[in-house]
Amino acid sequence: MVPINYYIILSAILFTLGALGVLVRRNALIIFMSVELMLNAANLAMVAFSSVLKSFSGQIFVFFVIAVAAAEVAVGLALIVEIFKSKRSIDVDQMNSMKG
Amino acid sequence: MQLSEAVNTGFAFLAPWLVFSPLIGLLINLLAGDWFMRHAWGEKAVGAVASLASGAAFVISVLLAYTVSASHGEVIRWKLAEWIHIGTLNLDWTFRVDSLSTTMMLVVSGVGTLIHIYAIGYMHEDVRFKNDVGRFRRFFLFLNLFIAMMMILVSGDSYLMLFVGWEGVGLCSFLLIGFWYELDTLGRPSWANSNAAKKAFITNRVGDFGFLIAAFLMFWHLGNSFQFDQVFEAAKTAPPGIIVAITLFMLIGVAGKSAQIPLYVWLPDAMAGPTPVSALIHAATMVTAGVYLVTRSAELYMLVPNAQYIVALTGAITALFAATIAVGQYDIKKVLAYSTISQLGFMVAAVGMGAFAAGMFHLITHAFFKALLFLSAGSVILGVERGHHHLAHGQHKEKHGKGKVKHAFRKGGVKKEERVQEDHGQEVFDPGDMRNMGGLRKTMPVTFWLYIIGTLALAGIVPFAGFWSKDEILLDASLHFPVIYILLSVAAFLTAFYMGRQIWMVFFGEARSAAAAHAEESPKVMTVPLMVLAVLSVLGGALNLPFEGFHNLGHWLEYTLHEVEGLPLDYQVAGISTVLALLALVAAWFIYGRNPLKTGQIDPLKRPLGFLFTGMENKWFVDEIYQALILTPYEKISQFLADVIDWRFWHDWFHEKVIAGTYNWVSEIALNRYADQKGIDAFANGLGSVTQWLSAAARKVQNGFVRSYALSVLFGVVLILGYLILK
Amino acid sequence: MTIDLILFLVLALVAIATAIGMLMSRNAIYSALFLVLNFVTVAVFYLLLGAPFIAMSQVTVYAGAIMVLFLFVIMLLGAESLPQAEVLPWQRPFAIALSVILVGEAAYLLITRARPAGDVIQPGQTANSMDNLRELGMVLFNQYLLPFEITSVLLLVAMVGAIVLIRKEKRVR
Repeated sequence: MVPINYYIILSAILFTLGALGVLVRRNALIIFMSVELMLNAANLAMVAFSSVLKSFSGQIFVFFVIAVAAAEVAVGLALIVEIFKSKRSIDVDQMNSMKG
Repeated sequence: MQLSEAVNTGFAFLAPWLVFSPLIGLLINLLAGDWFMRHAWGEKAVGAVASLASGAAFVISVLLAYTVSASHGEVIRWKLAEWIHIGTLNLDWTFRVDSLSTTMMLVVSGVGTLIHIYAIGYMHEDVRFKNDVGRFRRFFLFLNLFIAMMMILVSGDSYLMLFVGWEGVGLCSFLLIGFWYELDTLGRPSWANSNAAKKAFITNRVGDFGFLIAAFLMFWHLGNSFQFDQVFEAAKTAPPGIIVAITLFMLIGVAGKSAQIPLYVWLPDAMAGPTPVSALIHAATMVTAGVYLVTRSAELYMLVPNAQYIVALTGAITALFAATIAVGQYDIKKVLAYSTISQLGFMVAAVGMGAFAAGMFHLITHAFFKALLFLSAGSVILGVERGHHHLAHGQHKEKHGKGKVKHAFRKGGVKKEERVQEDHGQEVFDPGDMRNMGGLRKTMPVTFWLYIIGTLALAGIVPFAGFWSKDEILLDASLHFPVIYILLSVAAFLTAFYMGRQIWMVFFGEARSAAAAHAEESPKVMTVPLMVLAVLSVLGGALNLPFEGFHNLGHWLEYTLHEVEGLPLDYQVAGISTVLALLALVAAWFIYGRNPLKTGQIDPLKRPLGFLFTGMENKWFVDEIYQALILTPYEKISQFLADVIDWRFWHDWFHEKVIAGTYNWVSEIALNRYADQKGIDAFANGLGSVTQWLSAAARKVQNGFVRSYALSVLFGVVLILGYLILK
Repeated sequence: MTIDLILFLVLALVAIATAIGMLMSRNAIYSALFLVLNFVTVAVFYLLLGAPFIAMSQVTVYAGAIMVLFLFVIMLLGAESLPQAEVLPWQRPFAIALSVILVGEAAYLLITRARPAGDVIQPGQTANSMDNLRELGMVLFNQYLLPFEITSVLLLVAMVGAIVLIRKEKRVR
């Protein structure tokens, strides 16, 4: 008899940890992984709600999120590789051409 | 006095045309004159238009006089237009048709018309002697203007309207004296003529000042009006001191306009104008305006016998003084000018003594014979000038062997030879100097007889006109004012003497110059008006014969003046004056006629009279005294005021240092440095600096780091959530 | 204290620990491995919540494919730790603060505003996983067909995009 609130709080904590990771880490890959973590936290919340409301919409949506996350990772990593080729580093602080 | 408002009896409605017809003549000549002058008949046309305009004024005067007589002397006041209606002052352009004004109108327009006709001939030759034919038209414009102004003067119903005419004739006098403004009387380029015109105007101005003060006093104390009837009505109850002041200030005006002491000095200089001007303005009409003024103001003067006596004394002294100067003059016109001043003195003395009718009578007769004399003198001058030019062309012919030169002075057209600028070399010939004349009796007979008639009239020989009028004045003087009687008698003696001197110097003896020897008579257009004037000079006495039933002028003026003493002829006074006149003529013959002057001989009176004659010759140095006492200090003061006060003090110091300096200080130091630079500029620049500082600070947000952008996103999310919570 | 609750708490702890481990580890490989563990834990959660298919796809796709990709790239680019120069000094404390506030806000909202929605289902209630799968499939291919097809297009685009990005730009001279 786990109340859904618990799942939601867990999801919130995981999400916050993911956000923190995006903000604090400088390695682009770690940041990317933190983003995946955030997505995951959201998925958890959705599945929890789907379970409580006895509806399949949550699960279907999670299915799509997973698919999209996969696509996103593919492209994103390709971009990171490209950036590494030109900048020889994956430190996001090095990518400050938008300064000013 | 019967006052009938706008009684349109008979021809009174014609009154404004007295002024309008000369003005119409003026306009026609002004607009069409140039076109006229392009034709051969041009001069005749211009002269005819002007003379007809003046003649029309004469005809109207006759009709108006008839109207007055038909209504037995009723005063007709014909209003033309409203003029000033301010507060208590109500003044209109009103024409006063009564016996006094019609008398003046007749004299002015009658003699004026005759002089217009004479001037056609005179100016025809004069413009050719001075080489400026185009100026012919201008002369007649000014003459017509003068007639118009004089008409306003004599027919005005108020002192102010009279003054308009007074000023107007002063202006015309100025314009006509300075007609040849760039020359002097002998035709040389000079300031002389324009200076004479200026002198006339300025001296008249001094007189006008007196007149104006009198007018202001009248307005202030005598009923807030300038209209004659109202003033005279109020004068009856006014304090006598005021009346004395008014009359004496008016006397200053009279002294200016009618050339009495001390303001007579302009009249001899006014001879610089052409002779018709001298005849019309300075003998017959304008100078009589003062006498007319006193006669018109008779009711005022009768209230203050003391002031009257001063007027009479002024007139008498002037008469004697001017007569003495006339004895020593050599210019034919100057003698006549001083004679005019002297005769005006007679008139002023007459009206000063209360003998208004006698004064007016003398005014009329004097207009006749003085105009006759002046115009004849003009004829003499032109005759001698003709002789001079005749000789010059004769020499010219001898030098260059030209064909016979036609004398083309009589009718139209100007031959080329006359147009050549005469080169007289160093000698300038003065055709008016009596020492260059002599023996003109033979070459100019008509002029000679006319001159004789004029002289006899002036000298006062019975039965010519001058005898009757002068005798009446002397009679009145002998009865009441012995001092004046003596002064006037001596003046009468001298009058006959200097006229005799003139006759013998000019017409008898041998010609003292070649020009006089070749003098020629004047054309009919000039001599015919003179004959008319001569007839009037002979018969003019009939106007006011001092016999019972014959005091025509006296009765006529009684309508206006109310107090006319028609004195019968006193054989004693008449006898004494005739004897004096004859004695004077004999004396003149004795000195000048028995042994006629030769060329270059000095005046026979010079040695016996010594310094007296020098004084008489130099007009008692009055002009020089005026120059030293008044004019030079005045010039010095005005120079001082202009240079030192106005320029050095006011402009250089005050304006430059004080005003400009203060202004510059204010704008430069106070406003520019402090207010503008330190104040406003600092503020404006400060705004810019603050903005720069703010933007420099804000720019740091854009640091290019993705992480900080993400942080700001999270920050925003937190804020929004917080807001939603707090809601 | 039922067994569900204990299980939940343990698994929650593991999930949070691995997440923190992923964050704080200096070595990228270690971070990736920690994340794999996290994903597996979440998959177990899915199972507990009665979504076996999702759990399996989580493990297969997320932990299996995505994390492998990550590992490939990490190994490709080098997992060395980055130089220590911290350019944004206030970033970390500020981020931590904000995160704490965020959690606090979420908790506040959840506790005070959320309606009691009930409990999650028991793990054993869905007896037959095949039933779950069949029903899921029914819903997926009937109601959500369009998103399904679009997702497949999306995957295609991602593949093409990845290849395009890697391709060397030879043509530009």
